[in-house]
Amino acid sequence: MNNEMKLEFLSKSANESFARIAVAAFVSQLDPTIEEIADIKTSVSEAVTNCIIHAYPDREGIIKIKSVLNDNEVEIEISDTGEGIENVEEARTPLYTSKVNLERSGMGFTIIENFMDDLRVESIVGIGTKLTMKKIIKKENT
Amino acid sequence: MNVKHFIEDKYLVFELTEEIDHHESEKIKKRADYEIQRLMPKRVVFDFEKVNFMDSAGIGLIIGRYKTVSCYGGKIELINVNNKLRKIFELSGLKRFIREEKLV
Repeated sequence: MNNEMKLEFLSKSANESFARIAVAAFVSQLDPTIEEIADIKTSVSEAVTNCIIHAYPDREGIIKIKSVLNDNEVEIEISDTGEGIENVEEARTPLYTSKVNLERSGMGFTIIENFMDDLRVESIVGIGTKLTMKKIIKKENT
Repeated sequence: MNVKHFIEDKYLVFELTEEIDHHESEKIKKRADYEIQRLMPKRVVFDFEKVNFMDSAGIGLIIGRYKTVSCYGGKIELINVNNKLRKIFELSGLKRFIREEKLV
């Protein structure tokens, strides 16, 4: 199965559920298990929340999602043109959060790393951030 | 979210129904803090039976309430945690709050 989709939406927190449900509906073409779908929804939700809180802290901006299905692999790219991350390695450290006052757990990247098979983070301060995550949908499901 | 208060047993139950993400957790926090500060119950129970989605906002929610409740010597308990949610609690070290046995 090869397929591709793109989404663009405003960085409003009400769109968090829209984004994860849209991606889950698209990925369902690969016949994932309930658990695989849950992993993908959680990861998309973490990435989109990061864009809303960190990329566009004081304004609304555009969040883009591109997803590609390639045989039994799903690739999801989530990007913004916001603040950017100064130190990606630090941001990926479990429990690290730059927004202590917001009661953030600092587990966003850690959850994505654990729930997906691959995560790449590219970021330039002042330009934006792009997350590329991949997950293999196990063949035995079908 | 439904809130149940059992005065004699000194516990407060929050029956979570929403999908718990950053957007929804803000509303849940407000309501929970209001009830906790008003009643200061010995045990604060979060019931996840009807929750079908949670991301790390749920962890922030629990850690935040844990801080408040421990200030006056109260305890936090998480019940009806399914396997999907359990994975997230385990990753974040909150597994010890999960109560496996029935509440009453």
